[in-house]
Amino acid sequence: MAVLLLADVNGGQLATDSVAKTLSAVKSLGEVHVLVAGAGAEAAAAEAAKLDGVSKVLLAGATDYSHGMAEATAALIVGLAPGYAHVAAASTAAAKNVLPRVAALLDVMMITDITAVVDADTFERPIYAGNAIQTVKSSDKIKVFTVRTATFGAVAATGAAAVETISGETAAGLSTWVEDKVAASDRPELTSAKIVVSGGRGVGSEADFALIEKLADKLGAAVGASRAAVDSGFAPNDWQVGQTGKVVAPELYVAVGISGAIQHLAGMKDSKIIVAINKDEEAPIFQVADFGLVADLFTAVPELAEKL
Amino acid sequence: MKVLVPVKRVIDYNVKVRVKADGSGVDLANVKMSMNPFDEIAVEEAIRLKEKGAATEIVVVSVGVKQAQETLRTALAMGADRAILVVAAEDVHTDIEPLAVAKIIAKVAAEEQPGLIITGKQAIDNDMNATGQMVAALLGWAQASFASAVEIAGDAAKVTREVDGGLQTIEVKLPAVITADLRLNEPRYASLPNIMKAKKKELAEKTAADYGVDVSPRLTVVKTAEPAGRAAGIKVGSVDELIGKLKDAGVI
Ligand SMILES: Cc1cc2nc3c(=O)[nH]c(=O)nc-3n(C[C@H](O)[C@H](O)[C@H](O)COP(=O)(O)OP(=O)(O)OC[C@H]3O[C@@H](n4cnc5c(N)ncnc54)[C@H](O)[C@@H]3O)c2cc1C
Ligand SMILES: Nc1ncnc2c1ncn2[C@@H]1O[C@H](COP(=O)(O)O)[C@@H](O)[C@H]1O
Repeated sequence: MAVLLLADVNGGQLATDSVAKTLSAVKSLGEVHVLVAGAGAEAAAAEAAKLDGVSKVLLAGATDYSHGMAEATAALIVGLAPGYAHVAAASTAAAKNVLPRVAALLDVMMITDITAVVDADTFERPIYAGNAIQTVKSSDKIKVFTVRTATFGAVAATGAAAVETISGETAAGLSTWVEDKVAASDRPELTSAKIVVSGGRGVGSEADFALIEKLADKLGAAVGASRAAVDSGFAPNDWQVGQTGKVVAPELYVAVGISGAIQHLAGMKDSKIIVAINKDEEAPIFQVADFGLVADLFTAVPELAEKL
Repeated sequence: MKVLVPVKRVIDYNVKVRVKADGSGVDLANVKMSMNPFDEIAVEEAIRLKEKGAATEIVVVSVGVKQAQETLRTALAMGADRAILVVAAEDVHTDIEPLAVAKIIAKVAAEEQPGLIITGKQAIDNDMNATGQMVAALLGWAQASFASAVEIAGDAAKVTREVDGGLQTIEVKLPAVITADLRLNEPRYASLPNIMKAKKKELAEKTAADYGVDVSPRLTVVKTAEPAGRAAGIKVGSVDELIGKLKDAGVI
């Protein structure tokens, strides 16, 4: 039996990196069909068709499926699901919105944020903000799960799968899309960046967050933030790294003015090299840092940006 | 409009979690337990809707062990009107899966007929992020997950959602399920007089069997392990030394 992989599409663009990493996570489970849903997603479907390991792309182009609307998208997937043993997606906000709805309609459990596929029924996933790793075996007929992509490599794009146009159920009248407020950025995307520079409450203000951004730009890095920095209005919500924000595992993670609460560590402790800059030498972040610099960020960060 | 808020009793978010040596799970004996932080936010939002006149009654419900009574009392002390405890397990180590919890909540909703259900976005113990969406599915209602702002207007709710690229606004027809994200509000503390008053509020006790829901798990826990630790790092004395180390490590 095959795997149905729901692709994340934003503004007509495929989230290629997350789909490519999810493909490498699920490739041992059988042939993979990628579902691209929403109006104006033809280019995204064509892009998905190139990814290795994809045997077919299903393009459901009705506007009901645009903007990741949960009710219609779930209805579409439930209609397709009987043909599959696994329904999967990258652990994005969009998939976490839709797939639990699918699971309940199929009367199966949701398996969120898997970090390893052990066999067709068995998966590993972190619980308690990553303080424990649970191995679970599902007895459900269809396994519905999301994949934490941070620790998987991306498959290459040398394929040429067929794109099949499909239609399906919708869920008229339950909800309507009003607007998306998505900031365009020239910086790399947080979850796929090789380097991430994050700022915390210690940065002190929205204006001073420019120090973090300048260092990030010097390194060609994405910018992240702690919850405290986001709550204080220094940084937008989609920069939050942690248990309830984004999970990242870049080559280099630089934490500036971040204390290292478990909820923050949950989102970055699998990074290859961790650097911490903090004026408190007792800050817990130093326990996970490969290189710790006890310093005032207002002198250390500009100096670092200048010398790089 | 009646608002139903499911609240979960979980390990307090400040407690350092310990995995049991035999790999059978996490040690919850004699550990501080609290209301799931996202559920405090959900309760707070319901209270604010009532204060604004958009809600008339707030019913909180918890599924789990008998001790979840304390969690419900906390919600009553914050300002909820009435509580329902659904006992579905005896051992504090038994976690009822989101699918079973959702089935029970859906049954409670069928009885109570709320105009809105507000759940937390995720329980910080199992980190599943599923129950609210599942409740909406089972009831055939609209859902607005990861809410950071809620506005009730007539028979609809306008909800701002925290999504990966920023914010999304949608409008859902009521009745609906909303799941609360961190920035929806800052929950209040219960005052002492309100804690006293909460002791007299109604707390009904039911069982999963009363709702005819089978709570046996679909996922068997094969094992629970500690995550891989990180090797101890070093402190560097200057920015120059840091740059040197990063160059040696080949990351810049
Ligand atoms: C349910 C729940 C979910 C959560 N989810 C997340 C999440 O996803 N992500 C997340 O990050 N947090 C999350 N949190 C919050 C988390 O518990 C912490 O409160 C938060 O991470 C703290 O952010 P911080 O380190 O920036 O702030 P603080 O803990 O206040 O630390 C600020 C640090 O800056 C340092 N500092 C101050 N001034 C300077 C200076 N001039 N130079 C150098 N250093 C300086 C201080 O020494 C301190 O260590 C969550 C909490 C809960 C309850
Ligand atoms: N046992 C439970 N009792 C009451 N509410 C629950 C229970 N489990 C989950 N919930 C609700 O569902 C939300 C999401 O939980 P979860 O899907 O387990 O991450 C929580 O924030 C609660 O509002």
